[in-house]
Amino acid sequence: MRAPTINTSAAFDVSELPPIKFGPHATIWWGVIGLLLIEGTMFAILAATYFYLKQNFTVWPPSGTPNPDLFAGSANMALLIASIWPMRIAHRAGLEERRRAVFVALAICSVIGFVSLALRFFEFRAMHIRWDFNAYGSVVWTMLGMHTAHVISSTLENLLITLLMFAGPVERKHFTDTNANAVYWYFVVLGWLPIYAILYFAPRLL
Amino acid sequence: MTTLAKTGVRDTDLTAAELHAALERVWEPPSGFIGWFKNVFHKPISTRFIFAALGFFALGGVLALLMRLQLAMPENTLLSPDLYNQLFTVHGSTMMFLFAVPVMQAVGLYFVPLMVGTRNLAFPRLNTFGFFVYIIGGVLLWVALFLNIGPDTGWFSYVPLSGPEYSPGKRVDVWAQMITFTELSSLVAAVEIIVTVFKLRAPGMSLNRIPIFVWAQLVTSFMVIFAMPAVMLASAFLAMDRLVDTHFFNPAEGGDALLWQHLFWFFGHPEVYIIFIPATGIVSMLVQTFSRRPIVGYTAIVLSLIATAILGFGLWVHHMFATGLPQLGESFFTAASMLIAIPSGIQIFCWIATLWTGRLLVRTPLLFVAGFIFIFVLGGLTGVMQASVPIDLQVHDTFFVVAHFHYVLIGGAVFPLIGGLYYWFPKMTGRMMSESLGRVNFWIFFIGFNLTFFPMHQLGLAGMPRRVYTYLPQTGWGPLNFVSTIGAFVLSVAVIVFLLNAFVSYRTGALAGENPWGADSLDWSVPSPAPSYNFLYIPTVNSRTPLWTMEPAQPVVTGMRADILEVLVTELHDATPDHRHLLDGPSIWPFLTAVAFGIGVITAIFTAWGVTIGAVLCFITLAGWFWPAGQPIEDTAREAAPPLGERA
Ligand code: HEM
Ligand SMILES: [Cu+2]
Repeated sequence: MRAPTINTSAAFDVSELPPIKFGPHATIWWGVIGLLLIEGTMFAILAATYFYLKQNFTVWPPSGTPNPDLFAGSANMALLIASIWPMRIAHRAGLEERRRAVFVALAICSVIGFVSLALRFFEFRAMHIRWDFNAYGSVVWTMLGMHTAHVISSTLENLLITLLMFAGPVERKHFTDTNANAVYWYFVVLGWLPIYAILYFAPRLL
Repeated sequence: MTTLAKTGVRDTDLTAAELHAALERVWEPPSGFIGWFKNVFHKPISTRFIFAALGFFALGGVLALLMRLQLAMPENTLLSPDLYNQLFTVHGSTMMFLFAVPVMQAVGLYFVPLMVGTRNLAFPRLNTFGFFVYIIGGVLLWVALFLNIGPDTGWFSYVPLSGPEYSPGKRVDVWAQMITFTELSSLVAAVEIIVTVFKLRAPGMSLNRIPIFVWAQLVTSFMVIFAMPAVMLASAFLAMDRLVDTHFFNPAEGGDALLWQHLFWFFGHPEVYIIFIPATGIVSMLVQTFSRRPIVGYTAIVLSLIATAILGFGLWVHHMFATGLPQLGESFFTAASMLIAIPSGIQIFCWIATLWTGRLLVRTPLLFVAGFIFIFVLGGLTGVMQASVPIDLQVHDTFFVVAHFHYVLIGGAVFPLIGGLYYWFPKMTGRMMSESLGRVNFWIFFIGFNLTFFPMHQLGLAGMPRRVYTYLPQTGWGPLNFVSTIGAFVLSVAVIVFLLNAFVSYRTGALAGENPWGADSLDWSVPSPAPSYNFLYIPTVNSRTPLWTMEPAQPVVTGMRADILEVLVTELHDATPDHRHLLDGPSIWPFLTAVAFGIGVITAIFTAWGVTIGAVLCFITLAGWFWPAGQPIEDTAREAAPPLGERA
């Protein structure tokens, strides 16, 4: 059924089209959007679980547990927000295919990631409860843990791309990876906003 | 820009025969034993997927036969109560998680690229990863069953029964981790399909020209994205409650058993539509082809699919009527449950109108469509009956429910699936399936199915509860149960006839040619079986039924590279060509990543260290996956910097 004569009508000659494009043009961008939808749903359900379990208690946090200490979590919030700046630089440098700039900016982001993880260690302690004490402890640890897992995985991803930019061989598609990596990092940072608000302020305000 | 056209070998440099040879070289799957694990091409991977899912269907069917044998007579002693519990749990879980959902997605992964006119899925390696993750999950469940640690708390594993207190041992943990594997694989397939449909469509295939099967796959994929996280989280909570003493579902420490039900049915109800919507997509394609006219009400059908998907998420609570929710809530969900009959009704009217006004070609696939419509109307009726709270309370947890969901699942999904396999067999193998055996197959299936499940309605009304391993003679349930068991054996004969037909036809069936049914979609424009690269030239499309309206010299896309794995990326909305894109080639790393993930998740059944071990292993394999192969494609890719305006 294929047309026996090949009509090379100019409208469908694609030889002049570029072999790579960034942003919403690229398939990887949509792949990351898919991933973010999945993860976003996951966090939304987790938050719903938090409030569902809260209904079972008259005081929150229950059984005399003090409110979580604000310092480590807030410091982490500030740090993660600040990390958007070097990540923007890496993002833009990636679009312009400037290898050195990507390397430097992502190296900074990797360091920030590790500092954030160190702060996270103190955040778990700031909750003043263990996961196996009651349902409050379980959900709080799970929310912190889930977000931590994301910080770990995207910090490692940053590190991997940093090493790649350093050691090569760099292909153009790695700059689309940088692009996707940045979008994912923004998500990890912005995802922390609601989780931070819930973990630290729901006990105080609700 | 002038140097651009000179890079690499272009299709325009070659004659059709040379182009075929060049593309074969590039798109040929790797050979050999190791090559089998490195394959990243959608047709071979989906074929494995379909085979595996049908294999699990057969295994689940064997368990069903065992259960039916046990129930054939009162006070039968073939199966112990404990084994019976394992059998219905593994049967239900296999059918839902290892057969019905994956098989529909597998058919999608096979045919979506062919129908939208491209050469592979958007993320070939990811697809291979998803396949192996699925296999590991399936093998885990079945090995556990053979080791007598098969899950035994039902396919929805309600707490507290499945909690640490009432289910010690590892059975439920196996179930929970099987969920992790299958749902991850399902999410992967969903992302593949969405991006392939959004970005890899042939020029001219604007959104309002996408074949309905592809629409159905797209809508389903979005449902998967919103539904699967709920059950993954729920099963993770369950596993944690059991392994590290969290208290999500433990009321003594402020946890909540109903939380499980909410999370499970937030997934579980959409799940039914995740199975059913692709099936209606198959039905729409078959109705169109065998009526030999464009389907009536394309837009209405697409909107119905979308409406069904959205309503599907509003319905989960109807599984919990018996839990005593607030009155107003119950009324709301009753209304929503009834509302969902409307889009399904619209689709049925469109199909009937198409069949009515078409020139019917009555072949086996169409018989299965007719069987589907018949059964589905019946199953839908009993479903709407249960949407009413009083009736639901009456038949709750009886065989009436078992009858109902088998009517919906087998009538609504297995009939269209088998029809679809008869329909696409020629495209997949190059040969037709036997028509006479096909008709025999249909009638045995139809009769066996009704014989098995119709009596169950009456059994349920007579009070027979589900999930009981036996019953007393005085109940009077014996005769109908016996009939049902006979029916189950008739059903299995039908499955054997199908397998026989497929086997014989694969070797000696009539040669099919490109388009044996005179169908309209792009999958039928290529030779049968489809070549490794799918399309010699990327096609263009000028209507919803491209092959029926094709111009004598319908333009094709030219200027694609013939020496690398290149596909054409188009705009989301109207599919105008945007750029050419180099796909990833074969690699062992997706398989190794699946294994690393598997080791982590299975270890986590026994110790929480599994999470750490899995994470480390996955990091190593993922690094291998994304690390550049060091092939000198740098210069091929370096051929042009994007114009500044194109930066996102
Ligand atoms: C092929 C013929 C089949 C037969 C003869 C059959 C028979 C049965 C029987 C006897 C039960 C147990 C009833 C009880 O004691 O509660 C059952 C349960 C179930 N079946 Fe099937 N079945 C078949 C196919 C399927 C298919 C194709 C699906 C799904 C796509 C399916 C899904 C289920 C589910 C979800 C359960 C509930 C398991 C549970 O209670 O946890 N079955 N089936
Ligand atoms: Cu439902």
